[in-house]
Amino acid sequence: MFLKENVILAVAGLRANKIRAFLTMLGIIIGIGSVIAIVSIGDAVTNNVSDTMAGLGANNIYVYVAPSDNDSIYGQMNGSGTEKMDDSDLLTFEQIEQVRKKFSNEISDLALYESVGSGKAQDGHKYANVTIYGANPGFGSVENVDVQKGRFLTDRDISGNRSVAVVSDKLVSNMFGSGTDPLGQKINVDTSDGVESYTIVGVYKYVQQGFGGAAVADKDISTTLYIPVSVAKETSDNQNYSSFEIRLKNVNDTHAFTDRIESYMKRLYANNPKYTCSAYNMENMLSSVTSMMGTISIAIAAIAAIALIVGGIGVMNIMLVSVTERTREIGTRKALGARSSYIRMQFIVESVIICVIGGIIGIITGIGLAAAGVALLKMKLVISVPIIFISVGFSMLIGIFFGYYPAKKASQLDPIEALRYE
Amino acid sequence: MSRTIIQMNSIIKNYYIGTPNELHILKSISLEVEEGDFIAIVGASGSGKSTLMNMIGVLDRPTSGEYILDGISIKRMSDNQLSDVRNKKIGFVFQTFNLIPRNNALKNVELPMLYAGMDRKKRVERAKELLSLVGMGDRMDHQPNELSGGQKQRVAIARALANDPAILLADEPTGALDSETGRMVMDLFHKVHEEDGKTIVLITHNPELAEETNRVVTLRDGMIVGDRPGSGKAAV
Repeated sequence: MFLKENVILAVAGLRANKIRAFLTMLGIIIGIGSVIAIVSIGDAVTNNVSDTMAGLGANNIYVYVAPSDNDSIYGQMNGSGTEKMDDSDLLTFEQIEQVRKKFSNEISDLALYESVGSGKAQDGHKYANVTIYGANPGFGSVENVDVQKGRFLTDRDISGNRSVAVVSDKLVSNMFGSGTDPLGQKINVDTSDGVESYTIVGVYKYVQQGFGGAAVADKDISTTLYIPVSVAKETSDNQNYSSFEIRLKNVNDTHAFTDRIESYMKRLYANNPKYTCSAYNMENMLSSVTSMMGTISIAIAAIAAIALIVGGIGVMNIMLVSVTERTREIGTRKALGARSSYIRMQFIVESVIICVIGGIIGIITGIGLAAAGVALLKMKLVISVPIIFISVGFSMLIGIFFGYYPAKKASQLDPIEALRYE
Repeated sequence: MSRTIIQMNSIIKNYYIGTPNELHILKSISLEVEEGDFIAIVGASGSGKSTLMNMIGVLDRPTSGEYILDGISIKRMSDNQLSDVRNKKIGFVFQTFNLIPRNNALKNVELPMLYAGMDRKKRVERAKELLSLVGMGDRMDHQPNELSGGQKQRVAIARALANDPAILLADEPTGALDSETGRMVMDLFHKVHEEDGKTIVLITHNPELAEETNRVVTLRDGMIVGDRPGSGKAAV
């Protein structure tokens, strides 16, 4: 009833009392703003993580040895098995080759690797930070290493224990600039174990992943330097492998094959009391990330709900003050023939307008905060349109819910008392 | 032959009913007002004047007795029906003007028509007409706080006339005005009475103003103690 007139009236009322209106809205602004900011940043992170994982391959399966009392991926990642594994607990090269042969119909590539540590390629005052990885030829295709010049590591590099390396284009530009052909060049790499010299046989295109590099100057970003896994094993404590990764020929097999390979691998460890072998794919990983984000979202939603309830109570408080202040106006309106329902509607509309304007300011603030946060994390801003509509709708609901009691109180005023009110 | 607009039969109004403090404010009031009459209800404060005004204006229901306004008995009406009666049959003019803040003169005059469900175009047209009638045609877009007391009261009279009510009910309409602007407002009542033949009920404690009307009803202790013709406009 008279919606348009009530809206105009409510807006005029708010404009007449701007500071009070703003303070009233503040709770709603903070509540809605934080929801929008957190949800947008959360979406950006989730998107980033899933992009990264999709890049890693949906048809990849990761197989790893882990303590049998804690075979979850987290246990493995947290290194909760503090006890050192020795070669007898690990997978031998022959066992892994066995896997490759047995499942040759399904497996397209198999990656072996050995983390060596970080180091620094140096030549006079020119340098490049590197993370050194021992890898086999299969690693290049399993991990989508984008070789642009030369080649990736070969079986002969492995069997010959050759001191060769595949480096990033970033390292090349740091060390040689654009003029020199990097292939065949020698680089000296400082590590904690001393200086090693490698001949560059290939250059791959560096792709930044995840959250890395936010706090580091572009020049100092550490890129991966791949050397033959056999060379990496020379300095390693273990000659056997704690994990390997496979790429399947058919992405649709991923789920079923993860189970198959896991049961096959577990049989190899049936007699080992301390360790077992598990497998997981990106789908598992993605769902655990998604469920983690879900948990965070619920926590944020709870905080936001509290902020909104507090905001709503603020609105109710001001509406009650407003009703008292306008007692005589209410009496006059009743004398002029306003039904109680008209008065109630007038105050509910006013409360809804406060909340919706607050909600809209909150949405804008939230998107601004999210944009700043996302820029800081060097990710892409994702604005969810449904959440904007939900926020506006929710603001309206808060307005109706917390405006109802003051409005009802206003509508029930006795016109005689109200007209007499000083 | 003129019609009876207000017919009150043995109206009684008690407050705090059933408690030891029960108050008998109106003690069997019977009053008839003819269409087109201009009457004054006078009495000292505490005489029941205001309560009687609330009864006439359908802001309150009597404890007993019957009130027939413009041929309709209000006895069994719901609150919503009473609102509609106030809206269509009564034009209130208050001592303190009671314009709605932050609504310009035009919006204030439109308000009763808005509640009556009249469409916007008609509403604005009639509001402009009425404001011109009360001599406020050039201040239609002024906010109440930009108007003087006399100007406010003229807007309030225009608003009271908006739905062409059966009676104009004025409660001390000049009480908050100086004598000059009070005179102007009274002249406006005479004009509305003479030109439109509007029935006017004026509540006042001022005997001089009462004398200007056609009929003076005196109230004391909740009872009508005097009912005589006034001198009309000749008294001005």
